[in-house]
Amino acid sequence: MDTDHTPQAAGTVTPPTADALPAAAPRIDCRDINVFYGPTQAIHNVSLSFPDRAVTALIGPSGCGKSTFLRCLNRMNDTIESCRVDGQILMDGQNINDHSIDAVLLRSRVGMVFQKPNPFPKSIFDNIAYGPRIHGLASSREDLDAIVEKSLRRAGLWEEVKDRLQAPGTSLSGGQQQRLCIARAIAVRPEVILMDEPCSALDPVATARIEELIDELRKRYCIVIVTHSMQQAARVSQRTAFFHLGNLIEMGETEQIFTNPREKRTEDYITGRFG
Amino acid sequence: MSDHIVSAYSDELDKLSSDIMRMGGIVETMITDSCRALSSNDGVLAKEVIARDPQVDVIEAEIEKQIVSLIARRQPMGHDLRMILSALKISNELERIGDLSKNVAKRALRLDDYVSVEMRNAILRMSRPVARQLNEVLDAYATGNAALARNVWSSDDDIDQHYNAVFREMLTYLIEDPRRISAGAHMLFVAKNLERIGDHCTNVAEFVYYQAVGDYLSTMERPKLDQV
Amino acid sequence: MTDPAPSTFSSPEAIKRLKRRRAADVRFRYYGMGAIVLALGALVMLALSIGSQAVSAATYHVARYDVTLDRAVIAPPGEDTPEEISRNVDGFWSLVRNNLLETFPEADLDRASRTEASEFITRLAVLPAARKVAAEPQLIGNEMTVSAPLNDDLDLYLKGQAFPERRVRVGSLSSASQQEAGLARLEGQGAFTPILSAITSLEADGADLSEGSVLLTAGSSTGRLSDLQPDAASLELLTGTLDDFRSGNATARIIALPEAQRVVSDQQIAWTLALKEMGRISREPRWSLLTNSDSTYPELAGGLAALVGSLFTMLVTALVAIPIGILAAVYLEEFAPKNRLTDFIEVNINNLAAVPSIVFGLLGAAVYLNFLGMPRSAPLVGGLVLALMTFPVVIIASRAALKAVPPSVRSGALAIGASQMQTVFHHVVPLAAPGIFTGAILGMARALGETAPLLLIGMVAFVGDVPKGPTDESTVMPVLIFTWSNNAERAWEPMTSAMIVILLAVLLLMNGLVVFLRRKYERRW
Repeated sequence: MDTDHTPQAAGTVTPPTADALPAAAPRIDCRDINVFYGPTQAIHNVSLSFPDRAVTALIGPSGCGKSTFLRCLNRMNDTIESCRVDGQILMDGQNINDHSIDAVLLRSRVGMVFQKPNPFPKSIFDNIAYGPRIHGLASSREDLDAIVEKSLRRAGLWEEVKDRLQAPGTSLSGGQQQRLCIARAIAVRPEVILMDEPCSALDPVATARIEELIDELRKRYCIVIVTHSMQQAARVSQRTAFFHLGNLIEMGETEQIFTNPREKRTEDYITGRFG
Repeated sequence: MSDHIVSAYSDELDKLSSDIMRMGGIVETMITDSCRALSSNDGVLAKEVIARDPQVDVIEAEIEKQIVSLIARRQPMGHDLRMILSALKISNELERIGDLSKNVAKRALRLDDYVSVEMRNAILRMSRPVARQLNEVLDAYATGNAALARNVWSSDDDIDQHYNAVFREMLTYLIEDPRRISAGAHMLFVAKNLERIGDHCTNVAEFVYYQAVGDYLSTMERPKLDQV
Repeated sequence: MTDPAPSTFSSPEAIKRLKRRRAADVRFRYYGMGAIVLALGALVMLALSIGSQAVSAATYHVARYDVTLDRAVIAPPGEDTPEEISRNVDGFWSLVRNNLLETFPEADLDRASRTEASEFITRLAVLPAARKVAAEPQLIGNEMTVSAPLNDDLDLYLKGQAFPERRVRVGSLSSASQQEAGLARLEGQGAFTPILSAITSLEADGADLSEGSVLLTAGSSTGRLSDLQPDAASLELLTGTLDDFRSGNATARIIALPEAQRVVSDQQIAWTLALKEMGRISREPRWSLLTNSDSTYPELAGGLAALVGSLFTMLVTALVAIPIGILAAVYLEEFAPKNRLTDFIEVNINNLAAVPSIVFGLLGAAVYLNFLGMPRSAPLVGGLVLALMTFPVVIIASRAALKAVPPSVRSGALAIGASQMQTVFHHVVPLAAPGIFTGAILGMARALGETAPLLLIGMVAFVGDVPKGPTDESTVMPVLIFTWSNNAERAWEPMTSAMIVILLAVLLLMNGLVVFLRRKYERRW
């Protein structure tokens, strides 16, 4: 299956959001991933790579395995006892699916944002500072302050919360909480940010804010987003992968997937004809 | 309208309207230059105008792609949706205007020596209001000025009157000297082209009005002198 | 159906069905209210029965004796160190008794009367005075007022709880004259009619007054009436002078219960009333319930030793059960793999919580006392036994609290690279803390009220001293209640109730702490 689609030839017009797409080696390269929950197989032989400094969206109907696949990338599936992941996930040439790689360290390099905003029941400051503290990223209080401010700024939340950093994180609105969670993920200096339906609990305005933030973050990180909103995938991503029944059906430029998909099943899904 | 939360969306819309303006600018110079080439018998300028037409076609294709992408990826609503639909149609109109201008330039190259200065001047005279019409409607587009668009739309009559005048004038010249028939026929077509350009400008004005107000000008009553 | 669907909102069946449903609704609401009223009623009855008893034990009667601290009696040569003075109960007691005999010269006439006077005050009741003098030796030789609680029977008599007694006001007496053999003759026009009519009405109610007493009191003088006639009666003066009857109003007390069956004799009643008239007896709040230790005399007994014993026991229980319980819960909930072994352990922990508490007592006696040779009756052992009983409760409550922490908190922490232990101890446990501590405190409250297992490890022994540490011999509050409730004397009954009220107050305090902790630390997430 065609999984790596090079940018389209010159002369075609790509919107400005897409022209930063590098031809460089992918940040994460997954080869022949199979995931099993006990005896049932959830992912079948998926090979997929994620370019740096770009947003890749994973779409597909519920239960298609897109979230399961996403959770392979930071080994969150380790916490599920019956789950087994086969295959290679290469990051900097290292197979992170290997058990010699410590999942705790891996997760500091691959941040994750969840469907429901889940700030810790601590102050806004402590929410951000927790990661740097446990990873020893700050050598002094000033350092920590700087990290917190930078993370909040990058998450576009600084202006809204700078006067109440000691307020509980749960006192923020849903959208702000989600941005807080993004800031929390950024604070440990990850290279990859995984987002598991980050806007499904938010209203359209908060969703738009997060999408704008994702677009901003794209300039620094490799972002992988799972979304069950095709429209969102179309809005935020440069590349889109379509999953169905644990199989990767099609992977390509978002533009191409949404205007001219190659696979019939993709076409049926995005046009709402799924049978 | 560049205040979307997702700034990339605003950027894309801005790019779209600036492409329309760019296309409009090119088309505008094509009108004036082709008429100037015709009136001053400037073959080089005429060829230059002809050479510009593919450029317009490329921009039109580009705009179309942008619009498809915008609809597929941004799910435009409200003003954005009208703006995008108008852009699609306006680019189409502008492309037609470009084609007509190219046609004028082509005819300028075909004129023989029997053309009189009066005939050339008659065309030049008619080209001015047409060019102004396009200029104004592009202004209206750039500023989203519905009143100005409506103004352009209702002043299409002037162009029609001009056309009628030029038509009668040409007939007079042809009656005077039958050797001018070949050139005169070309001139009549040029005049008709200019009149068509005026009509296209009216259409653009309708789309500008639709984009700004969300209502259709074409359903309104317009003072019209249908004599041809 | 051929008709185009009749509206389901208006068909008669639908309306009937709706009515039935509504009726069921209302019925259920009444059942619920009934259940609550029943429960509240039981609670109110409990509170009333215990409370009304306890109220009478909340105060007691204290008598004052003005004595001269005679060095020869309380600190004879050779026995005059402060320590010896403080232990010289006999010396102080004889001072007090002598004071009583001085007040009532008739008591000194014969041995029986002296014995009766001696019963006024328990020997040990003078201990506080002895300690005070020992601490301030300069008091020796001076006057001092010794306050000591009245004998519990007299106390009950004054509270009107000893036996039924009818009081009647007597008409004015015209004359009181001394007759032969200690009898006096009282006369007054119709003076004794109220007594006679009261006796008649009592007898009409079925009382047998043949061996009862009729006492007449005027001022500080009291005598026993006999030979009652409407206008005259004989009086056997028990204490005081006849003059009091000539001048003042007299009150008669009709007591149906024969003197031989009473713990309080007529003579003692007479003296008590006289002391009260003299203003030497006052009713005071019984702080000694909280400041004294256990005693065989109810007027001296208090719960301090048991309170401290309970405190030490709870301390041991808390130190053992709470950390072990919480850590076990955290391990089982967050770290342990889910397999057959952990299932088995879980089932057994649940079973352990259901084991009758006396079984833990047997276990404690066998293991701690016999096998490990720990001290008998000590809070240490009691605490360990109660810890065994409490910690399944703590585990179950803590696991429930940990389970209630949303998984999103765990995944949030894991996703930024926290290790499992950091996740658990930085995020999950703090969130579960209110629930964990609620469970722990409720478990402790249950342990605090536990009696049976402690009986088996010997904590039922009589303990007169406040324990100084967890290895000292001691008892606990519920066991003290149990012991007191077994005592025969009437006065123990209100004392037991009072102790129950104190225990309930401690439990309420603990439950209040639970509510407070919940309010303070409960977080929304």
